[in-house]
Amino acid sequence: MAQNKIEYKVVVVGGSAGSLDIILKIISNADATGSILYIIVIHRKNDTNSMLPGLFSSRTKLKVKEVEDKDYILPGHIYIAPPDYHLLLENEHTFSLDASEKIYFSRPSIDVTFESVAEIFGASAIGVLLSGANADGAHGLSTIHRAGGFTIVQDPKSAEADYMPRQAIDKLKPDIVISADKIPDFLKNLILTPHNN
Amino acid sequence: MEFNIIKDDELDLLVNSLSDYGYDFTNYARASLKRRINRLLTIDRIPSFAELFYRVKNEEEYLTHVIEELTVNVTEMFRDPYVFKFLREKVLPVLATHPFIRIWHAGCATGEEVYSMAILLEEANLLHKSLIYATDINPSVIENIKRGIFSLGNLKQYSENYILSGGKKDFSAYYTAKYDFAKFDNRLKSKMVTATHNLVSDRSFNEFQLIFCRNVLIYFDKVLQDKVLTLFDESLEKLSFLVLGSKENLGFSKVANNFMQLDKEKIWRKIK
Repeated sequence: MAQNKIEYKVVVVGGSAGSLDIILKIISNADATGSILYIIVIHRKNDTNSMLPGLFSSRTKLKVKEVEDKDYILPGHIYIAPPDYHLLLENEHTFSLDASEKIYFSRPSIDVTFESVAEIFGASAIGVLLSGANADGAHGLSTIHRAGGFTIVQDPKSAEADYMPRQAIDKLKPDIVISADKIPDFLKNLILTPHNN
Repeated sequence: MEFNIIKDDELDLLVNSLSDYGYDFTNYARASLKRRINRLLTIDRIPSFAELFYRVKNEEEYLTHVIEELTVNVTEMFRDPYVFKFLREKVLPVLATHPFIRIWHAGCATGEEVYSMAILLEEANLLHKSLIYATDINPSVIENIKRGIFSLGNLKQYSENYILSGGKKDFSAYYTAKYDFAKFDNRLKSKMVTATHNLVSDRSFNEFQLIFCRNVLIYFDKVLQDKVLTLFDESLEKLSFLVLGSKENLGFSKVANNFMQLDKEKIWRKIK
């Protein structure tokens, strides 16, 4: 049977306590060709005037957007899950939001977005789970794994809060577990390499 | 596919079946609706779609329960406090010039924002000449508004929100705590009118100077959002106000040109 090379289309990153620095490095190092889109889900306090879009924009030429309801999904963009909403994907082209119950005390929930990305993007998704003191994200990452996507977990030894990456390693066998400082370059190379599925 | 318990064709089947009972979920956003159904299957420990489908078809009470669970009833008092601050400072002074104020909370769920509005009106000394219509698709959540009882565990957050909204009083003066519940003062509900209203199928029933519909449109696709925004447009007097959720928008809608956004908060004024 002939195997088709699959190109990655989306990188989805989830993190909680201790993840912001590494997320900023991923953003600084984001693929500039504009063929990939990034979705970032960070646990944070609900503040209407979020600083994240400005913080991200100063580090990349890609367009940064905190998602509003039914926003289009476009390559070459960095999307941030808005505070106090779960971020879902209707299809490959449209986001939707959901203000339902918190999951693991969190809204946005990393699980919710990871599961949605797995369903819509399957094997063309890369899931990255970072530092955090919460069980959110492990289930979602295993969903990406089962859908054929590539899964990266920050080495718990390099994490400020190791609970979240440890939960993921207990739940699935990620494609790679690497220390925080190696993730940005690894991601960059991975994106450039089409893979077999 | 294994990642979702409910498959797309099963979802279609359920949506078709629910419309036979007058609940039209056709134009609901699919991703969220699917999550709600999967959540329902988990919570109710229903092993298969077939069993869910059977119970919906054969148990009237279970159908009611399913409608309640598929529609999201999460809300809080003074959610996004700066919206309420804007209402206090910029909108209520305009409403105060009217001899009589009519407000509609569309899709109000358990009514936390309806009580927030009543508190705002009372503090502006406008409650006596106001009527607040609170409607939702679910009859049971409407009952909660009539009782005015909310979980005590959330009151600390609500109190903080109240202060951020510009509230100057001691928030606890508005309720009596008993066991795990807070019963809000009866005078707050004296100007509330509650009714079931389905935004998908029911028509406009009055003209208002202010409509609240926050975090309801996110569950609809753009076709249905447009239909509901048209309903609001028809239900608003000229120069009246529309408040949506903090990540909702009407820019794409047919009625967009009739409205002018007032602030970075999601508050619009009907200009024609």
